[in-house]
Order: sequence, then C-alpha cells, then structure tokens
Amino acid sequence: MSTRINDTTDLQAISRKRDLRRKTLPALAQAGPVSVWMILFVTIPMLYIIYISFMSRGVFGDVVYEFSLESYQTLLDATYFKVILKSLQVALFTTVLCLLLGYPFAYYIARKPPEKASRLIMLIMIPFWTNSLMRLNSWLLLFQTSGPINNFLQWAGITDAPITFVYTDGLVVLGMITNMLPFAVLPLYSSIEKLQKSLLEASSDLGATPRETFFRVTLPLTFPGIFSAVILVFIPSLGIYTVSDMLGGGKVLYIGNIIKNQFGSIRNWPLGAALSVLLLVITGALIFLYTRFSKLEDMEVV
Amino acid sequence: MPESIVSLINVEKRFGSNLVVRQMNMEIQEGEFLTLLGPSGCGKTTTLRMIAGFEDATSGIIKVQGERVENKEPYQRDVNTVFQNYALFPHMTVFDNVAYGLTIKKVPKDEIRRRVTEMLSLVQLSGYEKRKPDALSGGQKQRVAIARALINNPKVLLLDEPLGALDLKLRKQMQIELKRLQKKLGITFVYVTHDQEEALTMSDRIAVMNGGVIEQMGTPREIYDRPKTRFVAGFIGESNIFDGVVRAVDGDLLRVECPAGTLTTRGEGFQVGEEMHVSIRPEYLELGTGKAEGFDLPAKVKDFTYMGTVVKTALDLSDGTEVKLSRFEQDERLHEGDAVQVFWDPDKSVAIKKAQA
Repeated sequence: MSTRINDTTDLQAISRKRDLRRKTLPALAQAGPVSVWMILFVTIPMLYIIYISFMSRGVFGDVVYEFSLESYQTLLDATYFKVILKSLQVALFTTVLCLLLGYPFAYYIARKPPEKASRLIMLIMIPFWTNSLMRLNSWLLLFQTSGPINNFLQWAGITDAPITFVYTDGLVVLGMITNMLPFAVLPLYSSIEKLQKSLLEASSDLGATPRETFFRVTLPLTFPGIFSAVILVFIPSLGIYTVSDMLGGGKVLYIGNIIKNQFGSIRNWPLGAALSVLLLVITGALIFLYTRFSKLEDMEVV
Repeated sequence: MPESIVSLINVEKRFGSNLVVRQMNMEIQEGEFLTLLGPSGCGKTTTLRMIAGFEDATSGIIKVQGERVENKEPYQRDVNTVFQNYALFPHMTVFDNVAYGLTIKKVPKDEIRRRVTEMLSLVQLSGYEKRKPDALSGGQKQRVAIARALINNPKVLLLDEPLGALDLKLRKQMQIELKRLQKKLGITFVYVTHDQEEALTMSDRIAVMNGGVIEQMGTPREIYDRPKTRFVAGFIGESNIFDGVVRAVDGDLLRVECPAGTLTTRGEGFQVGEEMHVSIRPEYLELGTGKAEGFDLPAKVKDFTYMGTVVKTALDLSDGTEVKLSRFEQDERLHEGDAVQVFWDPDKSVAIKKAQA
C-alpha cells in the first residue's frame, strides 16, 4: 500500500505526524517519568503548602478550610519578624564565611594537577559520609563545658574557667559552616578550574600585579561560581533547623525551627505554611537572579 | 655592532629531570624580527616564556636592554606577549581588552581613549570597540591580541605561534600584515613558530632549534642556502640528504662515497675518510642518461606529483632511498621506470659536518 501525496497540506500533515513520532514522543518518554515525579513530590506539596497558608487555624490545632490572611499578618508581628531577620543574618553570615574560606581553598585545589585535585575534593566530601546528626553531636561533645577543647584551653592556661560554647550563636554558625562549606567549594572549584591560565599570564604580562589580576580577571570570571555558591549555601542555611536545634539547644530560634514547631508541637499549620511560603519567595528570588547570571555565564564561555 | 636588546647567556631550563633548553646563548638586536623555529618540543616556546617571565630559567642570565631580569615578575618586564590562543579577556569588550595595560598604569581616561582608537585603526579594527571577544573571528581576535600588546609600547614583542589557529589563506595575509607592522613600528619581534615557510617569509634572522639547542642562527637565506647541520638541512625547505664518507679532496672539491654511489660537492675543512652529509635542494637536482663527471648515482624514475607551480619527480636510488627533483614543467622525455643518472652542480650542494655524538 502506498500513500499518494496530492498537495502540500498532505505533506504537512505527514511531516507533523512524523515529528510527533520522531521528536515529541521520545522527548516525552525521556521527560515523562521525571515530570511525573516532580509534579507528585514537588509541585503538588508546594501548592498544598501555599493553599494551607491562606487557611485558618482551628481551636484544636487543626486546619479549618476558611480563607484567612491571619498567618501572614502574624508574620509581621515583631517576634516573628525578629526571628526572620536573625535567620537571614545567620544565613548571610554563614554564606559570607563559606565564601571567604571556600574561595582560597577552591583556588588552591583548582591549581593542583587533576589527580591531586580530586583527592583534595574527596577530603571535603568524606565528612558527608557520616550522618549529619552524628557530626553535630560530635561538635557538641567537643565543645561542651567538660569537653576536650575546654580541657585543653584550661590545661594550656588560656582560660581559668571553662568557656560556654554550646548553645551559642557562635557554635551554630560553626556548625552551619562545616555543613555548608562543600556546597561553596564545589561550584567555586569548577569555575576557577575553568579559568585559563593564559588569561592570568596575559594580565601579568600587561603589567598587572597579582592583586590587580585577581580583582580584574579572576574574580569577574569566577563570578558565576561565586553566585552558585551563594545560592547553594544561603538557601539551605536559611531553612536548616537541625543545626540550631542541636548546637543552639533550641534556645536560639531560627525560621527553620519555627516552621518545624508550627507543624509539630504547636500545631499551627497555616502559620508554618506561611513561613514556608516566605522561604519559597526568598529562594525563588535568588534563583531568578541566578538564572539571569548563569545566562551571562553561557555568553562568556569562549 | 648595535646594542642587543635581549641577551640570553648560558640559559638552561629543566622541568624535573627533563632538560628542555640547554646552554642557550642568543643576542637579539634592537628592531629585528627574530624567529625561533623548530619542531614541537624543541624548547622554543619555553625560551620565549623565559624572556616573558612566565618560566624561571633554571640557570643562566637573561637581559633585557642590558638589565638582568631573571628575578623580575612578568609585570615588571618591559616586554609584551601575544599568546597562541590569544588569551583575550572574555568578560571585557575589545576596547577594554586593548586598554587593559594602560588602565593598569592609570593613564588618564581621555588618553586611553585616544590611544586605543589609534591602535585599533592600526590593526584595522575600528568600529569593533564594543564587541566581546567571542563575537570576533579568529583573525580579528588575533588583531586585538596584537593591539593589546603593542599599545604598551614594549621594547620587545614576543609572539608565541600567533597564527597557528588561523586557516592557510588568513595566515598568509596576517604574515604580511605583521611584517609590515613590525617595520612600521620598529619594535623588536621575537616570533615562535614551527612553520619553516612562515619563518622564511617574515624573519630578519632565524634561530633553528632542536632538542633544546640552537642548531643554527642566521638570515633566512643563510639558513636555507648554507645549512650547518643535517637537522637544519632537513627541516628548512625540502632537501635530499646523502650520508657518506669523503674519499678524495681536491681543493674545496670533495669526492664523497655513499651507499647509493659517488658524488661530488664543494666543502671546506674536510679530510679524507671523514663521515659527513651532503644536502642538495630538489630544484638543483639534474638527470642524465650517462654518468656526469664526479658522479655515479644510478636511479629509477618512480613517479610524478603535480603540485601546482612545480612538478615533483621522485626517484629511487640503488640503495633504496628516495630523492626528489622539482621543476616548473614536467620533462616530457621522462617516464616512470626509466633508468637515469642523478647529478648536480657541485657548487649547489652543501657539505655538512657530522654532529659530534
């Protein structure tokens, strides 16, 4: 059986059919499972959270399906506002410290020969093979009043009385940094590693001191990596609650703790949802900026 | 004798146990176009990088304008480099790239504008100021790289295979442009290439390098007509090289015996029984039916290759080695498989001493 092609409409129809079979179906087959997964486990829960955030809280801590802006009004309450501000501060502080520590480290690794570099990268990954709660607990043990660090400080005569490390902001930030550093180092490493050595040589050749070369060539060209690092560190730091729960002893409250508590012990789901939506908005804004910059990055790859 | 602008004195470079440049002595004159020519891995780029300051010499002295620079960083040296892959800053426009050196030196803004505009028109890139490097073709990138280096008025411009990435036609065009630019500005160019033709066209002098040493240094004509080593004879242009032993010396006329037969050449300072090489260019090779005086090199015509301007004839000698002859026209009387005798004017061939092992 052969089809006779009479006019162009037939031709178009055939080519459309062919396109469907050749391009659309395989594309769907590839994207399909992932899409289903994303819709089921990301989009639907997210929409549900947004929905809940606009509902009211029942007397018994249940969700009453009545539209209300109460939760969002509560967010503007001084107590919550302070917590949000403080969380942003800690997240920002963690991010900046991770960058300041991570950049030189990433630079150092990126300038090593590949085998050595991968071994060094491995070194920062190894702690992540242990459970994060275990790691946090070990920090607690190290820093507690009768722990090895305090003992050492007293033995060395640096202090007379033990210093209170546990349940302070300082220890929380330390915990955050140790948790987040790899997320800063990896993107930084990959963008520094891409940097051509001849560009640095050219800069030096044209009279720039190493310092000038860093600020005029290295830094601008690794900016995409810096931005990825900021995103990867800042967003989780904002939401993480295990660190402040354990190292802050629940004494220091961050946005993550509050969300957890609203869904858990306090049972005010709409407020927890509203806080989550706030996190989503901050995250979304950052990711929007990130895609803007990564477009720039594509343009600059030569 | 004019003052040399760059001097290398007993310079050596070692990477680990690998001696890349050995006992290098070189005087580069002010305003000359000097080419370091050699196969890859011969140490030519390393030599250039040592002058620029990207590599430290393991030992020896490097002087720029009579001043020792071994301990100076690249940014303290009065030389500029044009890199093989251009190394343009991808995040800067053409203008900012060219202005880079002046910006670093904190030259006033309006002077920068004036000089960049001037420099871009010199390399025929006016109107491209706002483009980013990745919106340029290879040839344009090359011009930006040259402008970026030249704007600093360097005493010496170092060029590391700057035309290597360009296609043949563009390369030829850029060769001529570069040479004109160099003449016009009077700046000393030190040029690295593995392309012998490029070296011959552009240079005032050529240093032929092999295995980390300079085999021969001289004008293109000297290098081409009077190669001093077997390597130079083989590397520059095409050559037929015979390895033989001197059998008789008559003034400066040498009778040489080699596996393929006997031949005659001019050459001074050779003794009977000495092993040596004889080099003869394909264009000087001649064929006859009978033996010429002083020659006995029987050969068989193998094939003809049409090359556009010349026709190459390949011949097999009696010991199995091949020699090549080139002519503008193919000799109609010759056919594949013909038995002939090879000879040449002994003035045209070059006698080369055997290298001391």
